[in-house]
Order: sequence, then C-alpha cells, then structure tokens
Amino acid sequence: MKIELNGEAREGVATITEAVAAVTDARRGIAVALNGEVVPRSEWDRPLADGDAVEVLTATQGG
Amino acid sequence: MSLPPLVEPASELSVDEVRRYSRHLIIPDVAMDGQKRLKNAKVLCVGAGGLGSPALMYLAAAGVGTIGIAEFDTVDESNLQRQIIHGQSDVGRPKAESAADSIREINPYVDVVIHNTVLDNDNVFEIFEQYDLIVDGTDNFATRYMVNDAAVLLGKPYVWGSIYRFDGQASVFWADQGPCYRCLYPEPPPPGMVPSCAEGGVLGVLCASIGSIQVTEAIKLLTGVGDPLVGSLMVYDALEMTYRKIKVRKDPNCAVCGPNATVKELIDYEDFCGSVTDEAAEAVIGSTITARELETWIKEGRDIDLIDVREPAEYEIVRIPGSRLIPKGEIVSGAALADLPTERQAVFYCKAGVRSAEALAAAKAAGLKNAVHVQGGVLGWINQVDPSLPTY
Ligand SMILES: [Zn+2]
Repeated sequence: MKIELNGEAREGVATITEAVAAVTDARRGIAVALNGEVVPRSEWDRPLADGDAVEVLTATQGG
Repeated sequence: MSLPPLVEPASELSVDEVRRYSRHLIIPDVAMDGQKRLKNAKVLCVGAGGLGSPALMYLAAAGVGTIGIAEFDTVDESNLQRQIIHGQSDVGRPKAESAADSIREINPYVDVVIHNTVLDNDNVFEIFEQYDLIVDGTDNFATRYMVNDAAVLLGKPYVWGSIYRFDGQASVFWADQGPCYRCLYPEPPPPGMVPSCAEGGVLGVLCASIGSIQVTEAIKLLTGVGDPLVGSLMVYDALEMTYRKIKVRKDPNCAVCGPNATVKELIDYEDFCGSVTDEAAEAVIGSTITARELETWIKEGRDIDLIDVREPAEYEIVRIPGSRLIPKGEIVSGAALADLPTERQAVFYCKAGVRSAEALAAAKAAGLKNAVHVQGGVLGWINQVDPSLPTY
C-alpha cells in the first residue's frame, strides 16, 4: 500500500498514528489531515487506504 | 458556509466618511450597508506585534469604528523588522500607545481603546465582552489557549493566525458555528519542541500575509460577506508560495467546546503549556549560575567547558567568548553525547535559559553530574556583563 505523507510517497504505513510517528516523536501540538480534512486525535487508529494523502501539521505559536 | 453579518449597521456615514470609504462603497457586496456595519463594529486585537501590526493598520483603514489593542510590551529595535505599526522613534514606548498613534494617523474616525496590560484570567472576560470579534496575534501558546477558551466560554468568534519562519496558518474559531482551536490542536506541543519567533526567527513580511488574511476574515464576518474560514484552516508556505485550505471539523471530544467538555472555566495556562519540561525544571535546581558568576569563573581561570546550545545562525550573531557550539537538539537526541566533556565541568547556555535547561537535563541523565547552566543565557550575559554586544 502506497500513501503520500507530507507530499512524499511512502510505504508500510498502516494508520494515522504510524504516519505521525514517521514524522515526529511528538504527540501533542500536532494536527493530521487525511485527504485535506483534519482527523481528530481519537480517530488516529483509523486504517489508511491506498493513495491516501496524509499531512502532519505542527502548531506554531508565533505572532 | 456563509453567515449573517455579526454587526448591525450604524445609522449613517458622515460626508467625510463617504469620501474616505468610496472604494468600499462602490463594491456591491460591501456598499453603504457593509461600511455602516464596519463603523458600528468593535474589534479587539490581542497583541500589537508581528500579526497585530498589519491587522490593526488594515482594520483602522477599513473603517472599523472601535478598535481595542491588548498589549503590555514595549517597542524593541528587534521588532521593527516586521512590526510595521511601530517606527524608530517608538523604541522604548508601550506598543499599545505607539500602535494607537499610528491608527489615529491612518484614520481619525476610529475610536481606539488601549488595554496596556497583560491579558490574564482575571481580566480577559471583562475585556473580551466589550467587543464583537477578536483577532488573535499573540506570540505564545499559553495566551493562545486562554484566548480560545475565553472566546468559547463567551460565545465570541475570533480570527486566529500564527507564524514561524516561512510558514503561516490562519482560521476562524467560533464554537457556536464550527470548531475551536482545541478541536484542531487539543494540546500544545511539549515545551521546547516548537521554538518561538524569538528563538527560531520569522520572515518579517510573513506577518503581512497572515495578518491580511485575518483582517479579510474579520471584515467578512462583520459584514456577512463571502465564506469565512469557519471550519477551515489556511496553511501558507512562503517558500513554495502555496495557500492550502484544510477542512477542520468540531472534535466530539473537544475539552472546551465538545458535548462532554471538561474545561468549563479558565485554567492555569502557564501550567497547561509549560515553559520547560519537568526534567529540565528538576535539572536546574542547584545547577544554575548567573552570568556574573560565569564571568567570575572565567576570570578565575576555572576549568570549564562553556557550551552554547543554540543554533549556528544565533551563534554567528553573538556569543559568550570562549564558548563552543553544540545545538540543543544534538544533545537531547544523544547524537552529540560523545562531544560533551568527561572531566571538565560543562556550562551550558542558550539565548534566555530554556534550551540550556533541557540540554542540562540530558547531560545530567548522561552522567555529567556537575554540569550547570547559565540563567538568562546570552541575553543575561549582555545585560549583566557586556552591554556592548548586540541583542537579537
Ligand atoms: Zn473545540
């Protein structure tokens, strides 16, 4: 199964939790978009499908 | 999703106001009705810094009738690279006053309300209640979560924006109509993971890109024009020059706006966001020296290994003489543990003392029992020991 993770092709990633772990050690201050829609933390175990685009966003504080 | 206008129209515009706002009045979607709504609108901008500068200037120029400025800080020279509402002659003045002067110069028909105070749990409701809409331009997570929770608890909409280096994000959070900040980011990142603009830098003009989105959204909400960013996160990448919209839904488990909300009043936001990790807070006890003590140690010829844990770009700007550079990330990850001294006493410093505390915790965990860090970092050194060096 191939997915897109932060714009790059990726294999062997089955859930959103795994996708996050591939990008960062942090679990807090992170938002994840699946195919352009943010997935609440409680649903991060949702399985990914072939061709899914996952984007891991980091909160920034600057203003 | 289009929404009804947030504000009722003022009864009329004066002849001078009609002349001034003519380019708005001839846009059919704004017209006289929309401009009268702006005149009647009360908008609070939290922060008169990077985002607050362009936001306040455009809110004023657009004819928002009452503009509040919540800001306690004073203008520093390092602000002027991006905080365009302030000028050289304002250095040292309260930002709220400097910003108010600029607004009056841009548009004398605006009523400016100055809140030259630290926004906190004790005053945030009282201040927010006076406004129809809030624009969030603060620079730290603790205030951002406080602004969100206060807005949710009062049922107020607010336009949120944040910036870092070349990246910006913006959205409209309004729990009555869509998600809130906690629906997107339930918790702040662990302390130390995400640098502030003071630590990591920000491209000055990025403030205009995000600040102008915030004002655009404010005007749309106030006048009921177009589709506001309720339920959408705008993500801007200046290097790629892309704007992308990501859908955000209300999180059914949101702690403040969900059906089973646990946050029903304001909480301790400093504690919620933490300025340092628990490990770092523990490591610094009994292992912290002042810049003056460091100066004495150096003069005495004490056998220390002075380690700067900032990033190379910062080290290039200013450093304490005799130091060497090992960025904090390499110490915390363990990659640079072999570079740490085995016998000499390690003395860590960073810009202001947070990153060095984390490096200290990692070094102590790796066995450097006598390691210390410098309170206040290189800024403390400049302040107490050598004011001829540049601050940043
Ligand atoms: Zn929420």
